[in-house]
Amino acid sequence: MKRKNNAKLQNKIAMITIYCLVGTVCLILLGILGYILGTGLPHVSWHFLTSESSSFQAHGGVRDQLFNSLYLLVLTLIISVPIALGAAIYLTEYARDNWLTNLLRTMIEVLSSLPSIVVGLFGYSLFVIKFELSFSILAGALTLTFFNLPLLTRNIEEALRTVPATQREAGLALGLSYWKTVYGVVLPSALPGIITGIVLSAGRIFGEAAALIYTAGQSNATVSYTDWNPFSPTSFLNVMRPAETLAVHIWKVNSEGLIPDATLVASATAAILVIVVLIFNVSARALGNFIYKKITSAR
Amino acid sequence: MEQYLTQIAPEQRSLETKNLNVYYGGTIHKLHDVSLQIPQNAITALIGASGSSKSTFLRSLNRMNDKVAKVTGQIIYAGIDINHKDINVYQLRKQIGMVFQRPNPFAKSIYDNITYALKANGVKDSAVLDQAVEDSLRAAALWDEVKDSLHKSALALSGGQQQRLCIARALAMKPDILLLDEPASALDPVSTAKLEETLKQLRDQYTMVMVTHNMQQASRISDYTAFFHMGNIVEYDRTEKIFTTPRVTLTEQYINGSFG
Repeated sequence: MKRKNNAKLQNKIAMITIYCLVGTVCLILLGILGYILGTGLPHVSWHFLTSESSSFQAHGGVRDQLFNSLYLLVLTLIISVPIALGAAIYLTEYARDNWLTNLLRTMIEVLSSLPSIVVGLFGYSLFVIKFELSFSILAGALTLTFFNLPLLTRNIEEALRTVPATQREAGLALGLSYWKTVYGVVLPSALPGIITGIVLSAGRIFGEAAALIYTAGQSNATVSYTDWNPFSPTSFLNVMRPAETLAVHIWKVNSEGLIPDATLVASATAAILVIVVLIFNVSARALGNFIYKKITSAR
Repeated sequence: MEQYLTQIAPEQRSLETKNLNVYYGGTIHKLHDVSLQIPQNAITALIGASGSSKSTFLRSLNRMNDKVAKVTGQIIYAGIDINHKDINVYQLRKQIGMVFQRPNPFAKSIYDNITYALKANGVKDSAVLDQAVEDSLRAAALWDEVKDSLHKSALALSGGQQQRLCIARALAMKPDILLLDEPASALDPVSTAKLEETLKQLRDQYTMVMVTHNMQQASRISDYTAFFHMGNIVEYDRTEKIFTTPRVTLTEQYINGSFG
């Protein structure tokens, strides 16, 4: 009887401890989120979203920064998703377990913990200086690709590994080639996990500042949103123009901004950043589920 | 032990192994010189304790052990040695299909589960695909249960239905031989009975080799039974002989449950 009571007590203590820890995590997250939205949202207005930022006067907006952030995100994903997908497929499906692939995995792990400012300075010396791309969206996107690849590869690898080996056996036993099995059986099964991985890394890209300060730059050239020719210097699509993102804007306004309403602009920008990341997460998950249902025809 | 292995007349042989050896990781010797002749249009049961290498043997027959283990010796099918490195294993596996221990339908619709491999092989005509789906589902005795929900996810089916879908999927490739690796071990008794009924009906058209841990199942549906022990075949004969008058004491002990 005594033993049983002990077990009950132990269980209770463990449960209470775990609840306390979870509660702390939730509290911290909600606190941060609440603070950012609480201080920022009151200053977000249509005007703020649709006007240019100003260098000296109050009441500037973040139109260009918002677009730049999204544009950089899309470009980075376009470059990094195929590479990461290929690398992850190689590592999970084809690579043999030997010193070379172990070395590769270790390198990916090391790279994924590289400080972003280091990646940024590397991008600066390679793309901006060596390849003479100057401060540009392209240099920023390439640097972010370097920054993003290790983690994205790991995420996709994890997603592929959750597909049971019996699925691969089923494909092979039907006389399918290994590639057809991977492409038609493993990838669709892993899709929700892959999309989650992409979304997680997208959040990181979207909020990244340090890697962009010296690559995409901190200044905005005047852009025209009606100029659809990507080779025109003033076009919003031009990848060779310097572009400040939301995260870089927050950093700049706070550290060297000359505008009188710097604190307000920074908080409002932070709120927008968080909201966009939230919207992106939710919609990407919905899209992922939709595609998965389409493929698996699960209702 | 050679004398306890029944010979099958050459014209009735569907598959034959000669001195098959399997090694894992270069040193672990799993299968010792196994020579077995498998009769056409019959069910051959492979019985034996866990670790007796019957599954290893089965998986060697359609080269699923490639890259996993080293398999030496000959596997004769249609007059040629299919354990040769020049054999196109993808082509071979269309002739020798396989059903696994746990149902493993693809995360696709019932229809796509059956047609994916066919499409990958270049079958595009939707009438042909429709027919293949119906034929194979009927052969696996699943048609009546799913004919109105062909485009629903295969993952929504019960375990027994999933396993019959896996059989249907294998049958759609029009194989000669079907290898079954404990196909009923994850199923409840009702589903098992249905599965056994299905296998019995398929016997006329297919050669089947089935690994099973269930003695009753082996005696109920198989025509021949091979008893594996520690990587060797101890005895191989018609099923009723193995179960009524085994010639080796070890076989008798295993069937009576006094070991294993």
